[in-house]
Order: sequence, then C-alpha cells, then structure tokens
Amino acid sequence: MRHIISLLMENEAGALSRVAGLFSARGYNIESLTVAVTEDPTLSRMTIVTTGSDDVIEQIIKQLNKLIDVVKVLDLNDGKHIERELMLVKVKATGVHKDEMKRMCDIFRGRIIDVADNSYTIELTGSCSKLDAFIEAIDRSAILETVRTGASGIGRGDRILKV
Amino acid sequence: MDASAHSATDTHAKSMTGADIVVSCLNEEKVKFVFGYPGGAVLHIYDALYKQNGFKHILVRHEQAAVHAADAYSRATGDVGVALVTSGPGATNAVTGIATAYMDSIPMVVISGQVPVPAIGMDAFQEVDMVGVTRPCVKHNFLVKHVKDIAPTIKKAFFIAKTGRPGPVVVDIPKDITAHVADFIYPKTVEMRSYNPILKGHSGQIKKAVKLLLGAKRPMIYTGGGLVLGNGAAELVKLAKALNFPVTNTLMGLGGYPATDRQFVGMLGMHGTYEANMAMQHCDVLLAVGARFDDRVIGNPKHFSGQKRTIIHIDVDPSSISKRVKVDVPIVGDVQSVLADMNEILSQEENQTTDTADWWTQINEWRGIQSLDYAYSDTVIKPQYVVQKLWEVTKGEAYVTSDVGQHQMWAAQYYKFDKPRRWINSGGLGTMGVGLPYAMGCQFADKNAQVACITGEGSIQMNIQELSTCAQYGLPIKVILLNNRYLGMVRQWQEFFYENRYSESYMDSLPDFVKLAESYGHVGMNITNPADVEGALKEAFDKKDKFVFMNFLTDQAENVFPMVENGKGLSEMVLSPRTASRLKGEE
Ligand SMILES: Cc1cc2nc3c(=O)[nH]c(=O)nc-3n(C[C@H](O)[C@H](O)[C@H](O)COP(=O)(O)OP(=O)(O)OC[C@H]3O[C@@H](n4cnc5c(N)ncnc54)[C@H](O)[C@@H]3O)c2cc1C
Ligand SMILES: Cc1ncc(C[n+]2csc(CCOP(=O)(O)OP(=O)(O)O)c2C)c(N)n1
Ligand SMILES: [Mg+2]
Repeated sequence: MRHIISLLMENEAGALSRVAGLFSARGYNIESLTVAVTEDPTLSRMTIVTTGSDDVIEQIIKQLNKLIDVVKVLDLNDGKHIERELMLVKVKATGVHKDEMKRMCDIFRGRIIDVADNSYTIELTGSCSKLDAFIEAIDRSAILETVRTGASGIGRGDRILKV
Repeated sequence: MDASAHSATDTHAKSMTGADIVVSCLNEEKVKFVFGYPGGAVLHIYDALYKQNGFKHILVRHEQAAVHAADAYSRATGDVGVALVTSGPGATNAVTGIATAYMDSIPMVVISGQVPVPAIGMDAFQEVDMVGVTRPCVKHNFLVKHVKDIAPTIKKAFFIAKTGRPGPVVVDIPKDITAHVADFIYPKTVEMRSYNPILKGHSGQIKKAVKLLLGAKRPMIYTGGGLVLGNGAAELVKLAKALNFPVTNTLMGLGGYPATDRQFVGMLGMHGTYEANMAMQHCDVLLAVGARFDDRVIGNPKHFSGQKRTIIHIDVDPSSISKRVKVDVPIVGDVQSVLADMNEILSQEENQTTDTADWWTQINEWRGIQSLDYAYSDTVIKPQYVVQKLWEVTKGEAYVTSDVGQHQMWAAQYYKFDKPRRWINSGGLGTMGVGLPYAMGCQFADKNAQVACITGEGSIQMNIQELSTCAQYGLPIKVILLNNRYLGMVRQWQEFFYENRYSESYMDSLPDFVKLAESYGHVGMNITNPADVEGALKEAFDKKDKFVFMNFLTDQAENVFPMVENGKGLSEMVLSPRTASRLKGEE
C-alpha cells in the first residue's frame, strides 16, 4: 500500500543521505522524497512517499526513528491528511493544441506561467493523482517536458508534527 | 550540532590545539587503550598523544587489526573500544573492523584523520569520504569541521556508542583543525532531542509476560548477544532458576547462561544442538531476550512460524522486534532493567510454581540423542577433541576468541562458557581474520587472563602480521590452530551442496607455522598425534608469559553437525553420520 511519511530531522550536512541510504540499503521503495528547512532553521522536514506491506512500512518507520538525526516520524496514513505536489509542464502550444491546452489548464485549475512562441508552461498543484490525471487527460504527443516536486504532506486539523 | 552540548560552563577552560583536545577528550572518557596506526592526517594527534600519559597507545600492524582489537576490548570489558587511524587507506582499512562491530552491536569510537577542510572534495592526497563510506555500517558518524566542535562531538560519539543498542561511531577529523586552537571544555552531559533510547520496559507488558510465563506448559528462554551487552546475565539466571525453564543461547549469547548448568540446552540454530532446536520449535511460550531471530537461528521463517507459540521479546531496539518473526508481547527496554522488573513481579506472585515436568521429560529425551557426540580417533586429531581438552586444561576460565569457519562452530559447541564476555567472535558479519586481533584486545583487557585464539589456517593468515604486535607487547596468547588444510566450512558446503567439487577451498603452500612463530620470538608447536593433545595444551598454558602458536594437524574430512541446511526448518536437522547410525541401531 502507498504510504506518505513525514519526518523532522536535524538540519545537518549529510542528514538527507542517511535517509536516502537507508531506503536503498534495505531495498525499500521510494516514490518521492522532498525536503526543506522548516520555520525553525535547525530542523528540516521531509515527506517520503513509499509503498509496502504493513510489515515493511512498520520496519521503515522503526528504521527511520533509529537514525540518530531523526527527531520525529509520522505515518500520515494513520489519520486524515492532505498532500500536495507541484508540477510544471511544458506543452506544445501550436495549432489545435493552443486552445486545448488553455482549456485543460483551466479545468484542472492550473496556471500558464510562461508563454513562448510555440509552447506554454503550465503550473499545477494538487494531489499526486490529480497531477497524474492531468498528464492522462492531455495529448501525450504535446508534452515537451515535465518536472514534479514530489508530494508534501500535512495532517488535518489537530494532527501536528512539531518538536 | 545542537546547542545543548556546548552549554557546559567551565571558568578555567584551557586553550589548546585540536590535537590536544582529542587526547584530552579520550582521557576525560577514562580510555585506557587506543589501538591505532599513524599517518599524515593524524600526525598532530600522534604528537599530542606522545606528550600525555593517560591512555596507552597500542601500535598494530594493520588498521583492520586495530579496530578488531578495540572491538574485542569492548566485548571483554563492556567499555567503549577506541581506535585511531589516518585518512584514506588507513580509514578504508578500518572499514571491515567497523562493519564487524556494527553487525554485533559493539560500542566503539573510531577516530579517523581527514584531509584539511579546504582540501575536502578536491581529490586531495589520501582523501576518502569516510562519512560516506562508513554510513551503512556505523550507528552514527561525524565529520568535524571546526576545532570548537571536537570536544562536544567526541562526547556525543561515546554517548551514542554505548547507550541504547550499542554500535560503532566514527569521528572524522580534518588535519587542519587539529592544529587550530580553542578553549577545551568537555561537556558533562549530552542531551539530544533526536536520540532518547528507551531503557525501562512497559510495566503492563512486563506483567502480561510474567503471567504468560507462569502459565506455560512448554516454555523456552532464548537469549542472545543483547543479554551479554546489557550485563543482564545475573538477572536472567535468577529468572530461569525461579521458573525452572530451559535456556538456549545464540552464538553471540554464549556465556549469558552458564553452559554447565542442567537447564542449559546448548546453542541453537544452524549448528545448534538437537534439543535446543527441537525445544525452540515446539515450545508454547518463548521468551526472547536480546536476540534478533537471525536467519542462522530460526532457519526458514515460514517453517518456524508454522508452529504456534506465544512470543515475548525483550529488546532495546524497536526495529529488532517483529522484524523477521511476529511477536505477541513486545517489550522495548534494556535487558537488565526489564529482567529485574520481571523478577520483582514474579516474586510478588502468590503461586510461582510452574508445571514443566512433562516438558523436561521430552527435552531430556531429545538430549539423549547426544547430537554433539563425535568419533574419537587415536590416529588423527579430531578438532572437537582439541576444544574439549582446551576447556579442561583452562578449567573453562579462558577468554576464547575464534575466527570464522568450522573451527568457530566447534569452539562454540564444545567449550562450555559459564560466564559472559568470555567468548569473543564475529557472528553477524562472520569476518575471517578477527581471531588474533580479538585475542590481543582480550589480553589488554585482562593482562593475567588465559587467552586462547581458536583459528583455522585460512583465517589466521588474514591478520597473521599481528604476531609482530604480540611480540612487541609481550602478549602471552595461545593460538590453537585447527589446521585441516582446507577452507573447511567452504569445503563442507561443497561436499553437501556441490557434489564434492572442492572449488578453490584447498589451502596449499602453508607456511611452517612453528618457524614463523619462532621468527617473531614466539614459541611454536606442531601437534599431530591425538595422544599428545592434552599434554601439549598443558605445556603451552604453563608458559604463562609466552605467546605459543600451536599447530594442530586435524582431520581434513571432519564436518560440523548437527546442521540446519539453508531454507530448511529448525527441526529438520541433519545429524552426524555417527549419531544417525546410532539412532538407527537403537530402533
Ligand atoms: C559460520 C557461522 C555460523 C553461524 N551459525 C550460527 C548458529 O548455528 N547459531 C547461532 O545462534 N548463530 C550462528 N551464527 C551467528 C549469526 O549469524 C548471528 O550473528 C547471531 O545468531 C545473532 O545473535 P543474536 O540474535 O544474539 O543477536 P546479536 O547480533 O547479538 O544482537 C543483539 C540483540 O540484542 C539487542 N540488544 C543489545 N543490547 C541490548 C540491551 N542492553 N538490552 C536489550 N536488548 C539489547 C540488540 O538490539 C539486538 O537485537 C553463525 C555465524 C557464522 C559466521
Ligand atoms: C573475510 C572473509 N572471506 C571469506 C569468508 C567466507 N568463509 C567463511 S568460512 C571460510 C573458510 C575458513 O577457513 P579456515 O579459517 O581454515 O577455517 P575452517 O573452516 O577450515 O575451520 C570462508 C572462506 C569469510 N567468512 N570472511
Ligand atoms: Mg581450515
């Protein structure tokens, strides 16, 4: 099953490679991993999207907790949560594509953030599945380039991950 | 680096170089021995240690041996082992030793030199990314980039190494900062918001466990390296005695329960005794203490879990629990503390008697099979016989180190360890070459003790250069070489699983071990006749201040039994041909 794991870790050199190394060394899947510093500059927050059986996920959480630099780990799937990912897509904007892309962009509530002679760059935010749906919905041959950030996640309401 | 480690205030802080700070930190930690080897990146540190008289530096002949010796020193004493190596090749030579300690959860601090901070990343002379190289095989590691961080980092390194589930910690120190000057303040305490091991077990879980134990009909206690590491043996003996339960130890746990006691059923696992493996498979309540259900211990996990039993598991590392086998009552905590709580709760129970008579009858029946019985010969030396005689001659009191192979298994099966921290070997990584440096570490730990290194002619040659270190420091180690002229453990697998195709498992062109030992000023002995084994051992151990290298020419064809083959269930053991035919005869 797909799980989205949030963690807080000391903002130190090498901390990211410890997490990445853990996943590769133990053969865990990693769909995406995003990391950035928090409002407290000594802490980084990471969101990891992974898949695995319940046993594997339990081990992943335990192994993450075991890393000395990791302060807190939360499996967002244990409760209600929100996830968002940002995608930038550069598409052909010539001929039939020109209007079609504008229309699809509106339907998915994206924004065109760069207009060039032959292309648009569309910015889209949403759950990973929404971004997947957009890619599915437009004409594949019109896609010039895509870049995605990977998901960031946060618990709903009172579910707060903080030191 | 979080701020708390800097918070200690000392009004008369002394200003000194980074190198002097390193040395002072080690002395603050009351380190007695540092095992190491010098080189460019650590020259300032070597100069600083020359000028102090706190700890003693032991000069080995290869960095791998420095780390193994520090590791064994820790296994023998319980203190944190310390090694010091230079950058680049010194650091990479240390890696096998670090990985070996990591797999067996041994507390250790390894200080490695690094190229100067401005040269890092420039492919500088003798540069290697030590933090990167060791990341998968350390509990934690640090690259120190500022002289003021040296003391707080070393303080943390010792704290991390020895608390929770122990393990090796690497501190990589660039050369330039060992020349920079700072005030030396050694923090008194460490606080890390990201690291707080749980030591006290959950009382509800402990109560539940005691109830289950009291209700058991076919109980079993299975203890591992964690019981030894956590100094919990005395509490365990108390518990096992109060309940009259059988006890088995893993390879790493030997000595955790006295081997000569009636309740001890021997080691379990791939080369465990018949009774230990049968009892493990068929028990109804299993108490696992500081053991991690390794694949060499439970055999095929499906087969193991096919039998229903209730499992109570005490371990300080939550990730060891329910990793390979589902556990019913997990207890996260330190063995000593949890077992003491268990004993306390048990002593308050009104009815402490257990009904295990039928179970003991069954176990004694399994015991009657005598799975460790072997055929004595008066023409060729049987390796098992040498170990038995070694046990007699040393009265079971020696520190016994081993290398990796058949000889390691015979040492584990036939030397009866009554005390923890006497059996020193590499279980998790299975590193050939540890035996001699491990013996050095033990001899430094206890200079008057009898130390025996049981080894093979393959393994001993992987760190044979340490004969020189032993000469330099006058270490009266006794090497017990079970020389079968084969990489015996490999040959055994080739006999069983590759139709006797002995591919590259033959040890040709061996040195004359007696002459080799003598060339270092040691005593060498060749023993070829079974009748001479006991006398030779006595003679060797009578030479109290001499290093004696005993080359026993042993049976080349001998195999280790019983054996649970790869993928097989724990109760599907292959018994020795001798035991098997005896059982047939009895039918
Ligand atoms: C050739 C060869 C053959 C082998 N055959 C066998 C065999 O037949 N039988 C066998 O048993 N092994 C065998 N091994 C060894 C095997 O590979 C494992 O190393 C060993 O079984 C692991 O032992 P353990 O479960 O005691 O765990 P250890 O590696 O000793 O782990 C200790 C456990 O205790 C925990 N712990 C540590 N400190 C504490 C504390 N203070 N409180 C609570 N918990 C703590 C740790 O978290 C860990 O889970 C063999 C090895 C080799 C090289
Ligand atoms: C460094 C290393 N290389 C290879 C192995 C694989 N291996 C395990 S046992 C063994 C044979 C050991 O031979 P020897 O030391 O003569 O012991 P014996 O089995 O004959 O008693 C080998 C090669 C290992 N464990 N460690
Ligand atoms: Mg051999």
